[in-house]
Amino acid sequence: MPVGIQKERYSSKVGTVTLGALPESGGTRTRTVTVGGDSTMPFLHFEGEMPNRAAVAFEVPDIAPPWDESLKRFWGDVWGDPAAWARKAVEEHGADLICLKLLSPDPDLGGTGPEQCAEVTRAVLGAVGVPLIVIGCGIADIDNVVMPAVAEAGAGENLLLGTATQDNYKTLTAACMVHKHNIVALSPIDINICKQLNILINEMNLPLERIIIDPTVGALGYGIEYTYSIMERIRLGTLQGDRMLSMPVICNIGYEAWRAKETKAPAEDFPGWGDAIERGTLWEAMTATLFLQAGGHIFVMRNPEAVGLLRGHIDQLMVSNR
Amino acid sequence: MGLSGLDIFKQLPKTNCKECGLPTCLALAMALASGKASLEKCPHVSDAAKAALGAAAAPPIKLVAIGAGEAKVEIGDETVIYRHDKTFLHPTGVAVDLPATLPDDELAARAAKIDAMVLERVGLHYRPDMLAVSQRSASAQRFVEAVGIVARSSRRPMVLISSDAEAMKAAAAAAGRPRCLLAGADKNNYEAMAALATAANCPLVVKGDDLDSLADLAQRAAGLGVKDIVLDSGARQTSRVLADLTQMRRLSITRRFRPLGYPTVAFTTEQSPRAAAVQAGLYIGKYASMVVLPLTEPHHLLPVLAWRGNVYTDPQKPIQVEAKVNAVGAVNPESPVYVTTNFSLTYFTVEGEVTASKVPSYILPVDTEGTSVLTAWASGKFSAESIAAALKKSNMEEIVGHKTLVLPGFVAVLSGKLQELSGWKVLVGPREAAGIPAFAKSRFGNLAADD
Repeated sequence: MPVGIQKERYSSKVGTVTLGALPESGGTRTRTVTVGGDSTMPFLHFEGEMPNRAAVAFEVPDIAPPWDESLKRFWGDVWGDPAAWARKAVEEHGADLICLKLLSPDPDLGGTGPEQCAEVTRAVLGAVGVPLIVIGCGIADIDNVVMPAVAEAGAGENLLLGTATQDNYKTLTAACMVHKHNIVALSPIDINICKQLNILINEMNLPLERIIIDPTVGALGYGIEYTYSIMERIRLGTLQGDRMLSMPVICNIGYEAWRAKETKAPAEDFPGWGDAIERGTLWEAMTATLFLQAGGHIFVMRNPEAVGLLRGHIDQLMVSNR
Repeated sequence: MGLSGLDIFKQLPKTNCKECGLPTCLALAMALASGKASLEKCPHVSDAAKAALGAAAAPPIKLVAIGAGEAKVEIGDETVIYRHDKTFLHPTGVAVDLPATLPDDELAARAAKIDAMVLERVGLHYRPDMLAVSQRSASAQRFVEAVGIVARSSRRPMVLISSDAEAMKAAAAAAGRPRCLLAGADKNNYEAMAALATAANCPLVVKGDDLDSLADLAQRAAGLGVKDIVLDSGARQTSRVLADLTQMRRLSITRRFRPLGYPTVAFTTEQSPRAAAVQAGLYIGKYASMVVLPLTEPHHLLPVLAWRGNVYTDPQKPIQVEAKVNAVGAVNPESPVYVTTNFSLTYFTVEGEVTASKVPSYILPVDTEGTSVLTAWASGKFSAESIAAALKKSNMEEIVGHKTLVLPGFVAVLSGKLQELSGWKVLVGPREAAGIPAFAKSRFGNLAADD
């Protein structure tokens, strides 16, 4: 009995964004990364294209981070040395991208200024050939001083810079315009604010293909379903032709997953939960793979073993199901 | 496609007798249209109306029960493709697979372990629902023995996995409980399996080689009298399974394609437990009504079951905790009092951090109809008035010997008025719950519990 496969017909697709610049384009990267271009809901190859593989960015803090000590089993030898950390992420763990997280401008974590942040950006660019994401400390007034310097230090490298919010997007957008970078537009699990921010940034003349959406992810067990549904709605809106939602999506997995006690609590605190390493690795990995299902494109991760699981899952899902 | 509420209403008796449990016939009609009630609820509906409405009122995906009594698992009866359209209704059943090739003591031990397993987090209790026994390379005799061993070690509903109808018959008897899921029928054995399922009143997995052959076989099984069918497209590669599960969901819901109007089952195939958990996570979100997986350890099952709990919540209805005082640790009259909202995510995040602070404390969740601190503040549900009323109602003054509370940093603006209204001294706490341990250490370090 032929059942007649149900294919949805969509009028549009996710835009593509390319990060990094090779020497012939004025940069010094040895490779670029392109994400997006999907013309279907995730991995339904039978009705659309998934031309670009989801990318993994390793989160590299600019100083010794106040992260859970258990991550030292992977990064202990490079803790506090961002260039070495980035090199290790690329050479040993195959990072597609490096996500440099600037913690040090935060007054509680050192209060460094734009010069130091520009310098660390240059150091990481010098250490690896993959494209770079640089994310500010999240305090608006400080980011507005630091990020223009970072943008200038990385001029020509086609960076991805964050984070623009509804209340604070102009300085970063201007810096991305001047130095030809891409921007992370962060909205608080809200599809309307997501769209509005993209419009505001685009109205400053930054092209849509230079914007990446950060919808704010929650960890597994901590509101993951809210963002999961928002991401499905963003993708459906995109496929139905809403250009102001049509950007690829970045998921800040490591940070969120490592706030969950399921990721880091020792076994003796929760004896009923079994082995702490297995549980924690899977908690970060599944937070990522579930958002992969909802339409994520770039995954910012911390634990290389969780990354291994994410990659294996992407391999399986990129097999055609036509 | 389904009928509208008004189309259905025309066929009902319009007596508003309330015997269906709803106030009016129109209310029942609307419930039928949205798949929330069945026509059997109306004792007075005419046979003609039944025939007219039966097909339209039947849910697009049949509800199938596995097992009976308290541990019964109900799967299927979904009405949407995306949870934001309404909600997913019947959480994916999770069956832990035990190969019949395991030695006796190992089978018994694993079955007992799964039977007893209750994973607790954020005030919820997660359990794997079912135990599966798969024949694999074992002899028919060994399969039946293994089913007997597992049955003696567990009360959970069972899934029996074999393509040998004779062995299945003996195994179903050895399981000694009603409504085992027989997995199952394929193109070679479906007549014998259908006869067995009908005679024993058991649900039956029907396995195709693809969706076309599956639809064909499911219709044949139904024609042989099998009422409760669970669909297996036969695919095992992750991406193919996703495509098939998606198609089955779409065909049954958007096209009301009856031959595939049953719940579905997916089997994980990854060898490493971590990768199998990841694979199970995909199938849970993407439409499998039940999943059979080889995981027996709490650290692998916890994230899988947490995800199932998350994705099957109603997106329109925030989960709330009861608005009553909760004690964390060995409290005494000097213990600090934290105020927060009754949105479960907010409450349990605060509770987790208060626990981590190692300072025994009270937490008072104020009834904000399940909204978070900022949302509740913006809507006026988390106000000086509502907090003062909650303090009074909970008799907080009698519970502790002081009048100082900790207010979430985001609503520091409420401090003055709250102090005035309640007579309690307000300490402004951190904005994020993550700041509680450091806050507690500096403010209440002298009250910390001994390790």
